[in-house]
Amino acid sequence: MTLTPELLALRDEIRGYAVGYGLDFFETVFELVDFEQMNMVAAYGGFPNRYPHWKFGMEYEQLSKSYEYGLHKIYELVINNDPSYAYLLEGNAIVDQKLVMAHVYGHVDFFKHNFMFSHTNRRMIDEMANHGTRCRRHIEKYGHDRVENFIDMCLSIDNLIDYQAPYIQRRPSKNAPPKSDVIEHDVPKLKVIKPYLQDFINPKEFLDAQKKKLDDQKKAEKRFPEHKERDVMLFLLEHAPLESWEQDALAMLREEAYYFAPQGQTKIMNEGWASYWHATIMTQKALNASEIIDYADHHAGTMAVQPGRLNPYKLGLELWRDIEDRWNRGRFGKEYDDCDDYAKRKHWDRQLGQGRKKIFEVRKHYNDVTFIDEFLTMDFVRENKMFVYMFNRKSQNWEITDRDFRRVKQKLLDSLTNFGQPIIRVVDGNYQNRSELLLEHEHDGVDLRMDYAREVLRNVYAFWKRPCGVATRIDDRGVIVRFDGTDYEEQKYEKL
Amino acid sequence: MSLKINQDHSRFKQIVRGKIKQNLKKYISQGELIGKQGKDLISIPIPQIEIPHFTYGQKDTGGVGMGDGEIGQSLGGDPQDGDGKGEAGENPAGDHMLEVDVTLEDLADILGEELGLPRIQPKGKEQIDSYKLKYTGVNTTGPESLRHFKRTYKQALKRHLLSGTFDPARPIIVPSREDKRYRTWKVIHEPFVNAVIIYMMDVSGSMGDEQKELVRIESFWLDAWLRRHYKGLETRFIIHDAVAKEVDRDTFFHTRESGGTMISSAYKLCAELIEQNYPPQQWNIYPFHFSDGDNWSADDTKVCMDILKKRVLPFVNMFCYGQVESPYGSGQFIKDLRETLGSEETVVTSEIKDKESIYGSIKDFLGKGK
Repeated sequence: MTLTPELLALRDEIRGYAVGYGLDFFETVFELVDFEQMNMVAAYGGFPNRYPHWKFGMEYEQLSKSYEYGLHKIYELVINNDPSYAYLLEGNAIVDQKLVMAHVYGHVDFFKHNFMFSHTNRRMIDEMANHGTRCRRHIEKYGHDRVENFIDMCLSIDNLIDYQAPYIQRRPSKNAPPKSDVIEHDVPKLKVIKPYLQDFINPKEFLDAQKKKLDDQKKAEKRFPEHKERDVMLFLLEHAPLESWEQDALAMLREEAYYFAPQGQTKIMNEGWASYWHATIMTQKALNASEIIDYADHHAGTMAVQPGRLNPYKLGLELWRDIEDRWNRGRFGKEYDDCDDYAKRKHWDRQLGQGRKKIFEVRKHYNDVTFIDEFLTMDFVRENKMFVYMFNRKSQNWEITDRDFRRVKQKLLDSLTNFGQPIIRVVDGNYQNRSELLLEHEHDGVDLRMDYAREVLRNVYAFWKRPCGVATRIDDRGVIVRFDGTDYEEQKYEKL
Repeated sequence: MSLKINQDHSRFKQIVRGKIKQNLKKYISQGELIGKQGKDLISIPIPQIEIPHFTYGQKDTGGVGMGDGEIGQSLGGDPQDGDGKGEAGENPAGDHMLEVDVTLEDLADILGEELGLPRIQPKGKEQIDSYKLKYTGVNTTGPESLRHFKRTYKQALKRHLLSGTFDPARPIIVPSREDKRYRTWKVIHEPFVNAVIIYMMDVSGSMGDEQKELVRIESFWLDAWLRRHYKGLETRFIIHDAVAKEVDRDTFFHTRESGGTMISSAYKLCAELIEQNYPPQQWNIYPFHFSDGDNWSADDTKVCMDILKKRVLPFVNMFCYGQVESPYGSGQFIKDLRETLGSEETVVTSEIKDKESIYGSIKDFLGKGK
């Protein structure tokens, strides 16, 4: 439903404020929906039309249940698209609608300007609908169960994509001129003018090293894939024996995975940014005196911190404010960092007034990992009482284990790196020369969840149609867990 | 907005149903559902319907939080990321157990499908045609006792307003004959099939808690299935050792007596119940008897067979005897029963060794479709 005249007027008002602060967003279309529609749209991730799949039904079931039980209510939902679509819940108080609008404009500004989103499809709403149509066509042709099964398989590996790939060039593009076919057989030597200098300029160690390099290169060329491949979905798309409709479905789901990835990688920044702007717009411009209590209640609810929960809204908002403050007062640089005097640091003010400018800059060029890495300071961690928690096996409880700045930061970065997911790569598509597929888990101290890993292997097998394995470490032993179509087995593996 | 959620939602429900079916044996043998019974719904915990991913193992990773607390202090509960209001966020810890609500009827259907139970053919054509009255509308005529006050008042008010006789200072409304409105009703006929389950249980010293638990679980499922077929299902409970008495459900499952066992006492009482309350032309009668099969004497067993043959079997749809295994009992009764009455079509016997065998036993009892 389109907005009521009253809400339309409010929207124009809020948009005016947002533009006035320098926010720059795509045209944003607000839809007024009731809670049932809201749950539906939310189950589909904000898109009105997607491929048919039971997981959306499950999502819907959970959302409606928790709404019925009064556990939670979705206030705001916005999608990265041009024009952007956002949903307002019918029957919310006017002050809530204002807040949500301000919040949404913050998000859309972020979508438009943050570099992580620069590669995303801004016509995704159409693309999603197309995916739906294509998928339904496959269902008509090949049957519901078959297609659904296949989608389940694809979804099970949809986190095995290369999250950095859109921003860098991993491999020479397909159009690049092919490497010369002539294989260098001679070990390259440095040019020697005087023959008697030969042994000095090209000593034996150097020649051996050169030879080894050459050998490795040759070996690499024989390897398949030539380089370890992070984008497992792509690898399977290109090399697994799939029917054309299967390829189509896999490509579709891969595209969606890449589309959603930046939102996961900028959650803290994005929610923080939107919260920063709803707070700014509401408190400085949009609030009536009579609405202050309701606003404060709602805002506090969103920002509430419960022990053991990292609230991205809260953390993000505080970080943005901290950055603004630091650049307003010049609390950065060598001089400030070297200052040991607590009182002096506290009242440090170089009258820079660069805060606003700085945060606009930061929202453009950072993602959560680099954001935290650069702007999470010791003072911030202390002031915001951040801590590390771990599971204590003895007491079977989650406990606070540390408040040390470096460890808090490290833990936070660890949990954000690669989306907080284990790094899995294809290392060999012809393992032991039996065209078996070998994946490798880059073990960083935490074991994989094995029951899931086995299920995923079963799915990978269904793509590859030959035995598949994943090399990992379990309880500090290197193993390959291999699935041959009927049974699992574990082999020792020491290369890791 | 064209939303296809209904399709996806019903597909999800289908999957849930499949999951329940898959795990039915487990649910049956663990008896965990019984405590979860609400009025019409049962919530069933389903092991994750999740798409597996490569993820980190649980309970190792930990995370970062904000707030007060000493080092070593417990967080209380599983940590979760998300906003303060508890939005569904990624959960670093703890398995999601999905709780789905299923109606008792659905559950019975699933049970039926999974066990391949035939639908019960209610016995006897003489179904009681019960009817009830339902107020469905409003009419301008009727008895004063059914006058609809509010509607009448509204009509009168309208008339006063229209005719201009309404005085806000003295808002007195006098309904005339045309203003009056009366409730009208419809007669709704309901074909009604009556059924009664008579549970009998041996509570003599040799029946321990474990044995009673078996009976409890089994009776839950028998109830569910029969309730699916008979709207007005009654249940009666008889416990016995050397003497029998009728009790309520709670007592039935929690009484422990000592003393010997005279099964005939229970059968006698059962026969009396049937004779007094449940004329077989109108009732579908299901006696279930659970015992460890350790009857007092061979003579009493003979009496039992006699009562069954003459006073019970001719009137019931089915007579079910379930023998639970007990470390004390000889388990002779089931053999005697099979020997004497095994050829009778209405007699069903089943041995329930442990929780695992409840599944099979339900199938034994309900597999005949009577």
